[in-house]
Amino acid sequence: MNQELLYRKFDNGLVLLGEHMPWLRSAAFSLHLPAGTCYEPNGLDGLSGMTNEMVQRGCGELDSRQFLERLDELGVERGSSITTNHSSFSCAMPREVLPETLGLYSDLVRTPHLPADQLDDARQLSLQDLRALDDEASHRCFSELKRFRYPLPFGRISQGTREGLAAIDHQKMHHFFQDTYKPAGSILAVAGNFDWTQVCDLVEARLGDWTGAPPRELPELKPNYGSRHVDHSTNQIHLALAYECEPYESPEYYESRALVGVLSDGMSSRLFTEVREKRGLVYSVFATCFSLAGLGSVLCYAGTTTNRAEETLQVLLETIFSLRDGITVDELERLKYRIKSSLVFEQESSAARSSQIASDWFYLGRVPTREEVCARVDALTCEGLQQHFCEHLPKNFSLVTVGSQALELPDGIANAQV
Amino acid sequence: MELLTHKSESGPEIVVLQDPTAFTTSLGWFVDTGARDEQPGVAGVSHFLEHMVFKGTERRTAAEVNRELDHLGAHSNAYTSEDSTVFYASVLPECQAHAVDLLTDIMQPLLREEDFETERQVVLEEIAMYDDQPPYGAFEKASELFFGEHPLATRVLGSSETVADMTVSQMHEYHRGRYTKDNMFLIASGKVDMSQLIEHVSKVSENWPAESQPRVNLPANYHSGSAVIERESRHQHYEVQMWPGLSRNDPRRYALRMLCTILADDTGSRLFWELIDTGRAETAAIWPQFFGDCGCLAGYLCCAPEDATENSKIIQRVLAETLRNGVTEKELGLARNKVSSSLILSDEKPSNRLFAVGQAWLNRRSYEPLDVVLARYAAVTPEDVMQVAAETLGREPVVVQVVGTQD
Repeated sequence: MNQELLYRKFDNGLVLLGEHMPWLRSAAFSLHLPAGTCYEPNGLDGLSGMTNEMVQRGCGELDSRQFLERLDELGVERGSSITTNHSSFSCAMPREVLPETLGLYSDLVRTPHLPADQLDDARQLSLQDLRALDDEASHRCFSELKRFRYPLPFGRISQGTREGLAAIDHQKMHHFFQDTYKPAGSILAVAGNFDWTQVCDLVEARLGDWTGAPPRELPELKPNYGSRHVDHSTNQIHLALAYECEPYESPEYYESRALVGVLSDGMSSRLFTEVREKRGLVYSVFATCFSLAGLGSVLCYAGTTTNRAEETLQVLLETIFSLRDGITVDELERLKYRIKSSLVFEQESSAARSSQIASDWFYLGRVPTREEVCARVDALTCEGLQQHFCEHLPKNFSLVTVGSQALELPDGIANAQV
Repeated sequence: MELLTHKSESGPEIVVLQDPTAFTTSLGWFVDTGARDEQPGVAGVSHFLEHMVFKGTERRTAAEVNRELDHLGAHSNAYTSEDSTVFYASVLPECQAHAVDLLTDIMQPLLREEDFETERQVVLEEIAMYDDQPPYGAFEKASELFFGEHPLATRVLGSSETVADMTVSQMHEYHRGRYTKDNMFLIASGKVDMSQLIEHVSKVSENWPAESQPRVNLPANYHSGSAVIERESRHQHYEVQMWPGLSRNDPRRYALRMLCTILADDTGSRLFWELIDTGRAETAAIWPQFFGDCGCLAGYLCCAPEDATENSKIIQRVLAETLRNGVTEKELGLARNKVSSSLILSDEKPSNRLFAVGQAWLNRRSYEPLDVVLARYAAVTPEDVMQVAAETLGREPVVVQVVGTQD
């Protein structure tokens, strides 16, 4: 299947990407704006989320209700999200309505009404999210890990803080919108069954004369290490563990990604086998790669009842370090097949593909083809992975526990820092 | 796309929604058994068995099952509900033979004692995990009150007590009685080699038990009532409601889904504009749960504890106004577009089509193509919606609230 990345950079800095998937009836887009939590002014934690909510309350000629009703009439499935770097909107729809939907979202980012009388409604919604997070111990441990491991401005969570949300007024929200909803640093990725020329003309007409400065420079990220405990009355203790690995943009990222795959991809992976299958310590255990501001981390999770928490942490760490003793040919072959088949599955979803190409562009400034990814994966060897692991032994650990008992990293691990 | 079916006297039924242009193949065993088929002493056995199915057969160890699934690059999983247990995998077409062989082989697990004891711990961890997650057992409690003595009141995971006490011989007995040729359906969608599928399934299932123990079909006698669950750690208020609904084969089910979309969809619905858009609640939803012989409407409210009373009143007012004044053509049109688009987008993937075909086959032994389903939604009138509203929301619900111990 021919795969061609369609690309256009507008004079104002907006990057438009496209990938044809003519076998689909749908089209989808992901729009990333440089308005994530790392750009929130100190003391206004939660501002990006509130602004994201406010821009969806009417734009152009449509009030809040008319805007949502129009999307429902068109049959647009939509979502929005906040990450450290971006405020994002994603939509999937029948292919025929892509042009009108793009037009609606052009209004959303350029001419939102930001109705002052609805600011408190948006604040209440953010507070709802924050309280719900406090009740969800398994999610909370990852939020606490982010706050603990990454100092400001990177460690902010999308839900913000009670104090931050309380301090936001309409003027501050409006300033944040003006500063961050800008074409420079924004990425619009379209995938599915669509007409590229039509999309280019439309984006040119609607967003071509949009102006604005690129996102602010951010300080260097210097992470924190060690352990933190959050007391929470639950049956299970939730462990979130992080250690350093190669970031997404690193030439050696695939080695890090593959090592995490050996640990956590599938039911025959080492963590699933050692922690769940052999010992029955958990229902859920996993590891995943995460990149932030040029720093890569492996994030691990396990949830277990209190009396088995220490054993679970110990087995988790032993399993991670078992990579030092080598990777089997079988493990690597299974992993390669899983990664490559997932590329085929991605061809069935315009939404998944638009999200992936936007993300690739942000981290790499380009979008690798399936052939390139397959070639990188095929080039991995057991010896190469073992060598990579031994040359980059896990270090700079952070551990967060949420539950009724604190756990500490073992001495040898806690001291394994640079 | 073409629907192909095959039923020989000696094997389970095979149903394929063939799409030669698809990139992938999705396969699944849909077993007509779930929590409602359990004796009270073994509550949770269907779900525990779902775990044990992956623990090895005469031909494969547990580790081999896991390794082979991963080697296929499979997106695979399983789930158990009140009335069905499903095992599925999506693979590249060239892996079909291996995937069918594996999925079919594990339908007759060995159920070794040692694996049973280890997996019991995993299931107990799963129960502990769900017991920690909001809304903290409120749905299970609501079902118990609503269905009373009816088997649909059974908790899918069972309880830590029933799982701790369960024996492997009880599981063997359940498996023999329910995992039978007449009770299991091999469903496939996407790019499928039908003749290869028939050959494989016929061969591997040759010695399976033929007839299932019949499902106990008691008439559902809906109850109303209320309960309160106290939690020490709780920042939000959680409230679950349950009203009578419709069975999954009821021709009015399309109207019921329209009603729920108009009232309580997560965007653009009546409850959305009253409670979500205003920031009064985090969630305010109502959706249908269909079973073979009956059904219910489930409602869920999550909001700040201090707003709970006021929000409950708002929901009651919205429902009362709907019952009194009906719904508009405009609302119905928006709901129809929303549901239709969602079905069309979902239908793009063979893995999603697998569940549409599988559930339809379990329920009705028939499958309606997407265009027929869309036509059913298009035919729903405001009067149809009002009729199902009166029959469901017009009746007293069960209400379960989760409150803090300090309240």
